[in-house]
Amino acid sequence: MLFLDTPSILSVSQVSRYLKELLETDEVLQDVWVRGEISGCKMYPSGHCYFTLKDAEAQLPCVFFKNARVRSAAPELRDGMAIAANGRISLYERDGKLQLYVEDVELIGEGALFLRFEQLKARLAAEGLFDASRKRPIPPSPSVIGIVTSPQAAALRDMLRVLRTRYPLARVILSPALVQGAEAPAAIAEALDLLNEHGEAEVVILGRGGGSIEELWAFNEEVVARAIARSRIPVISGVGHETDFTIADFVADYRASTPTAAAAAAVPDIAEWRVHVLELEQQLTEFMEAFLGVQREQLERTKRELLRLDPRYQLERLQQRLDDTSALLQARMQHILSLRGERLRGLALRLHSLSPSLTIARGYAIVRRDADQTVITSEQQVRPDDELTIQVTNGHIHAIVRQ
Amino acid sequence: METLSFEEAFAQLEAAVAALQDGQMPLERALHYYEEGMKLAQHCSDLLEKAELRVQQLRVTVDGAPALEPFE
Repeated sequence: MLFLDTPSILSVSQVSRYLKELLETDEVLQDVWVRGEISGCKMYPSGHCYFTLKDAEAQLPCVFFKNARVRSAAPELRDGMAIAANGRISLYERDGKLQLYVEDVELIGEGALFLRFEQLKARLAAEGLFDASRKRPIPPSPSVIGIVTSPQAAALRDMLRVLRTRYPLARVILSPALVQGAEAPAAIAEALDLLNEHGEAEVVILGRGGGSIEELWAFNEEVVARAIARSRIPVISGVGHETDFTIADFVADYRASTPTAAAAAAVPDIAEWRVHVLELEQQLTEFMEAFLGVQREQLERTKRELLRLDPRYQLERLQQRLDDTSALLQARMQHILSLRGERLRGLALRLHSLSPSLTIARGYAIVRRDADQTVITSEQQVRPDDELTIQVTNGHIHAIVRQ
Repeated sequence: METLSFEEAFAQLEAAVAALQDGQMPLERALHYYEEGMKLAQHCSDLLEKAELRVQQLRVTVDGAPALEPFE
């Protein structure tokens, strides 16, 4: 081809200039977010940072000037980081190099999540949301327990199973919420607010089974942290596995390592209550026995007095009955103590056999003054010539007081 | 007695035991506390044996207020 026949021939500079202008007048390229992986990252003494942003099929040279870096407060950049970089694309004519002039950098992927977590944690801690002094005590025996979790989740079945076994006396109110996905944080916050508005729950369990960082992420959101902080009802968090700590765990009044641990922490063990009732029943019997012991002593004294006053008064039969009763009472007490560990029903039956109505059949007597039917328990209550009725098992003995 | 909740029955049982510990009373009153106490203890253990966890669910009604409904 002849030199003069070709269309206009441009210089390198002209082509470069043309390309640069083409790029710089393109709206998309003048403010674009590009995501990729950093490689070949180099920081110069000048403070400018050069790197290549790449994906599987292509790469893009980038430059992050010092001023822009400082302004953007971007984290330190390292090879392998997944980022999204914002800036304008142009041509550096001197090198003939296409470049992204970076104005701002955001971490994406796991690194980004981690950073957000740390930043939110620091901010809320500074506000005092994690302070030990803010944490409220969990009520020892709640009658109504609130649960915020997904209705379909295994975590709910597990928590109900624990509550059923440990403390079936309680009532559970489920406030359902999504626990994963973009709508989860708002749903969790609403479910917590709803329980507070309803007002009956005495403690709330926030539960979600184990999963990856992304799956548990809702519990790291500020929305959830604020909802826990403003909850009037104490909150127990039971999210994920043993070693996972979410922001919700820091704000909650008590942190359990799993949903089932949270349910166990919310209630006492019903077995303890069974023991308490047994103990009280035993005390009841012991005090009654002591009481009857005092009564018996008084009866003995009255009997001795009667005998002293008139030796002809035959009380052998009564004496025999008293001895028998003493022996029986002793044996019964031994038996009760050895039965302490047995089932309540059996114990109750044995204790009932000692009830005073049956004991009276064995030799107790109730002494009453005829005039006013007062039960006599002391010699001070009677005067000479008072008429008394002594009630024994098969009838009544009338007596008149000599002295 | 049947209408007493576990917490109420337990509290009354504790009171009966405390009263009986006092010792200064006529025989009939002592008997009364003893028998009442035994009935309360039986009621408590019955409640513990028969207790079944009740589960309900909260939802928002048309006017925005929370309302209870049976679970699932």
